[in-house]
Amino acid sequence: MHGRVKVKSTAQQEEEKRKGREKKLKVYLTVRDAIFSKRSNGELDEEALQFTQQLLSSNPDFATLWNYRREILLHLETVKEEDEIQKLYEAELFFIETCLKMNPKSYGSWHHRGWVSSRLPRPDWARELSLCDRCLSLDDRNFHCWDYRRLVVKASGVPVDQELQFTDRLIGSNFSNYSSWHYRSTLLPLLHPEPGSEPASPCRKQNNTHTSPTASPQTHSHRVCEEQLLKEYELVQNAFFTDPNDQSAWFYYRWLLGRAEREELISCVYVSREGERVAVAFSKPVNALTEGLMLVLDGQQQQRVEWRSAHPRFRHSPVWLCELPPGSVSDINNEHNLTVHWMEKHTHRDCALYTGRPESWCRDSATDQELFRSELSVEKTSVLQSELQSCTQLLELEPQNKWCLLTIVLLMRALDPLGHEKETLAHFQTLKEVDPMRSSYYSDLCSKFMIENTILKMEYAEVRVFSLSDKNLSTLCHLDQLLLVTHINLSSNQLVRFPPQFSMLQCLEVLEADDNAIGNLEGLYHLPKLEEVSLKNNQISKLSDLEPLASCPRLTRLDLRGNPVTKTANIEAELAQLLPSVTDLLL
Amino acid sequence: MAADNLPSEFDVVIVGTLTESVIAAACSRVGQRVLHLDRNYYAGNWASFTLNGLLSWIEEYKAQQEKSPDDQTDVEQEWREKIEEGEEVLTLNSVDSTISNLEVFTYAEEPEEEEEVKATSVGSVLIDSLAAEAKENSSSSTEAQNSSGPDDTTPDKDDDEEHQHQEPENEQTPETQEEPENEPQPEPVPEVKKKITYAKLIKEGRRFNIDLVSKLLYSRGLLVDLLIKSNVSRYAEFKNLSRILTCRNGKIEQVPCSRADVFGSKQLSMVEKRMLMKFLTFCLDFEQHPEEFQFSQKPFWDYLRSRSLTENLQHFVFSSIAMVDQETLTEEGLRATQHFLRCLGRYGNTPFLFPLYGLGEIPQCFCMCAVFGGIYCLRHSVQCLVVDKESGKAVIDTHGQRISCSHLVVEDGYIRDEQRTRSVNISLVTVPPLDSSSPAVRMVELSSSSMTCMPGTLVHLTCSSVGSAREDLEPVISKLFYVPSSPGEEPAPCEEEQKPVTLWIMFFNMRDSSGLDPSCYTLPTNVHVCTGPDASLGNDYSITLQAESVFRQLLPDEEFCPPAPNPEDIIYDGDGTQTEGAAFQEAGDALGTSAAGEEEEEEPQENDQSEESSEPAASSESAAQ
Repeated sequence: MHGRVKVKSTAQQEEEKRKGREKKLKVYLTVRDAIFSKRSNGELDEEALQFTQQLLSSNPDFATLWNYRREILLHLETVKEEDEIQKLYEAELFFIETCLKMNPKSYGSWHHRGWVSSRLPRPDWARELSLCDRCLSLDDRNFHCWDYRRLVVKASGVPVDQELQFTDRLIGSNFSNYSSWHYRSTLLPLLHPEPGSEPASPCRKQNNTHTSPTASPQTHSHRVCEEQLLKEYELVQNAFFTDPNDQSAWFYYRWLLGRAEREELISCVYVSREGERVAVAFSKPVNALTEGLMLVLDGQQQQRVEWRSAHPRFRHSPVWLCELPPGSVSDINNEHNLTVHWMEKHTHRDCALYTGRPESWCRDSATDQELFRSELSVEKTSVLQSELQSCTQLLELEPQNKWCLLTIVLLMRALDPLGHEKETLAHFQTLKEVDPMRSSYYSDLCSKFMIENTILKMEYAEVRVFSLSDKNLSTLCHLDQLLLVTHINLSSNQLVRFPPQFSMLQCLEVLEADDNAIGNLEGLYHLPKLEEVSLKNNQISKLSDLEPLASCPRLTRLDLRGNPVTKTANIEAELAQLLPSVTDLLL
Repeated sequence: MAADNLPSEFDVVIVGTLTESVIAAACSRVGQRVLHLDRNYYAGNWASFTLNGLLSWIEEYKAQQEKSPDDQTDVEQEWREKIEEGEEVLTLNSVDSTISNLEVFTYAEEPEEEEEVKATSVGSVLIDSLAAEAKENSSSSTEAQNSSGPDDTTPDKDDDEEHQHQEPENEQTPETQEEPENEPQPEPVPEVKKKITYAKLIKEGRRFNIDLVSKLLYSRGLLVDLLIKSNVSRYAEFKNLSRILTCRNGKIEQVPCSRADVFGSKQLSMVEKRMLMKFLTFCLDFEQHPEEFQFSQKPFWDYLRSRSLTENLQHFVFSSIAMVDQETLTEEGLRATQHFLRCLGRYGNTPFLFPLYGLGEIPQCFCMCAVFGGIYCLRHSVQCLVVDKESGKAVIDTHGQRISCSHLVVEDGYIRDEQRTRSVNISLVTVPPLDSSSPAVRMVELSSSSMTCMPGTLVHLTCSSVGSAREDLEPVISKLFYVPSSPGEEPAPCEEEQKPVTLWIMFFNMRDSSGLDPSCYTLPTNVHVCTGPDASLGNDYSITLQAESVFRQLLPDEEFCPPAPNPEDIIYDGDGTQTEGAAFQEAGDALGTSAAGEEEEEEPQENDQSEESSEPAASSESAAQ
């Protein structure tokens, strides 16, 4: 064909490329060997710098070469004038830039850049910042660059508000960016601290918020003043109304709503004449074996008591137990005063055991609502209300959105757990349907909320009976709150086990858990008062599954009908041997 | 190249510009002997002019208007003799008949019927800035396209539609422009500095690149794909449009179209944000949800109203995203929306690219491909076609030379109207009509960073025509800009000072023949007609589709615009190719380095990576040691 430009054939090109590559490889290996031999000879000269530069510019991930370069540079620092050193390091920065163009996510290059910047006699931080900005504009999720940028900001003292504007900009161009949101969460408390948490807050307000009764047990050093919080809510709502399926905004929202941390203190002291036992409950798991826990009985420090956790598997536990010296409280006609000191937190709790009473306790009054609400720590109900409204609005548009559903559930919990119980359950149902992959997670979360609600109801009724049957419970939690419960009914749920924490129910006398799928009784351990256990229609299949029950001294009645274990040969004799105290056995 | 040097035989003779230049490039790329002629200047109706160039173009237009059609007859005698027996002659238009209703207004200072402006800006802030920098001028040119090619002398007979293009240059239309140089400068500046005089405009004339048609490139459009595929993109630079605006209730607003826009928008409520995103997400793959649009036989506008969208959102989608008109059917509207959305994010936050230095760059880029052996000849046209029974054999050019060819590709404007049998109107909407009878107007605002004007702003207004360009566009102009009643006049202090001041306006109508069916021409089969610019915003139809289909007719077995080879892959052996090859290399070197198109970056990068990928593999071994 005439007139056509002749072009090399593909095979020709391939061959040329192959040859080219071979040649390059040869050069590469030669240089590498030269570098290694120089290094082993301890040569720290500029020629070595040149050689390593040659290799690193094509392969910036060769960590050994960067190390060698640092050795050389450190050596040159000792023999050169400051101006020369400055020039040397500036050249180094320029070189690293070319490496970053080659691989913008090279660990070696970024690390070396950080190192060089810190050695530079007269660093130009503004330039470094603009380099970061350029990199982030190309890839706003390059975490190497984020890391380096934080280093630069710290070293150069960029004002916090400027950094906040920086995150504004990045979020504005693409809000699907965890790094930016997270960076915000670290900047805001510095720039707009919550009044009272730190002095000189730029948006201090008069203290007209209701003083929360939980203010003391909650510590949050990461809180942000309300005025700014409201702005942040708006910002993040813009994001999740724009794209409700983007997780990053929802996570930030959860952070804004807050997560309270409870202060460590003694929430309950219980003493019983029978068995002369003391049980102490803490607001969070502690390790009492550090000798931080001290018992004073009628003014006398009890040196010899031995504390143990509710279950031997726990080194940290919210409930600790001990036996008093024999005879110290057994006489029902004596009155006793008990004080438990928790030295680590300089806190204590008193408990009086009056005459004629077989047992006594002292605990935090029934403001338990605050206890469970504290999961979200936003103080003002009005704020929560308006957030709930926005989310509900979004839900109308996106009835299937799991993030929105879950957030609504959390807000409802924080506002009024009992009042919203029905809606909460309905939302959980929807959640399981729209997100079947996580249905077990939702079941567990729902169980937790149901247990909290039942505890609240029990507290209001001032009874020691905990009844939660037929509620699809899949797990048990908050068991430390059930320290004083005597009767518990968990029938017709989906429980599979009594976890070790169940042994915190130190006052339990009657346990009903029919029609579950329980196969593990680990938690029925050393329950001193347990008399009756009904486990009809469960999944107990082996005799050994029942072993924990042997540690409950008062157990007299046991119902095992409908369990596979009843089919075991010779079961009655075996059980009689295992559980001699049981007189009323139903199989 | 002088006419007498032209060889007298070619495979393909091409007359006309943009689409034609693509065909020329494609043909010469695969080794056809191509002669590419153009009547007077590069790019025809696609051209971009400097201000001075535009002024001469106007002069030429006026001169043409006066010229009587009889002039041709003398000349005809000259070439009559070149016709052989058994051949007939089809005469081609020697003058351009597509432009009509040209009017020019100057508002800049030294009157003398020149043009000039002083500008004020929209926001009061901007006023200062404009004033300070004295950078406004506006010109508006309108082009109407008369569908039935009228004689030049009777431009008004149209019931056709027109397109108006206006290029006022005013500062920024609304709110702040993206260009930092236009940022407000706080201190008020003395009056004197505010003015831009006509003399200054003329002096700076070379900084203008005023397009005759105002178009943008959809970043996933066929033309962009073609530019990339053929490597032609290496000859040009592009800029992503920075924002899309709409005019509603007299206010200019930014159209939220990308995710980031929606997130950042202050005009939308939270709920609207959700609605809009939901609708746009649906549009992206609307084919997957047939249940959502049973309306397909109904107009898109009705469909939008049936969706849960607020009026605000309907407006945004209808006029600024889909950019369709009231008659458009649902499916077409959805498709237009989808195309817009798919183009988002490829090169930036808006779906459009604009070639730096104006649209005229595009045909030029394709003409660069002439290095593959085509011959390009300006100010040289064809007078008539020599027809032998059923097919054309040769053309006779304006210098009387007979040139034989096996195919002729010719732009619509060269075809005399009597050869045309039918025409269709196209219309397009971007800025909603001011009242129900007037057409919607599309406005493209170009700042100096687009390399099309001096500091200040160049604005093109386009609409399908109802009357003359001036009648159609003047209301919009007076709504958005301040038009001084006499040159150099100050705007009234109150509301007028919110608006940018115009410096210079040009109106004209340009014929839109894009709706014509090629089969309506009674022409020999080896003559192919390309239409001129159409009214739509993108270039896809007019350039790529048409060029490719003509190319397929010419050379059904050849690849359309394969990538140009890398200079180092070209083999130089024979004498003939040697020189061409060398020329190519020079051109490639010169252009390739200076003009790195945005798109181009994609490709080289890929190459780099694939080349490098072998190396780290080799070196990771050594790193392990």
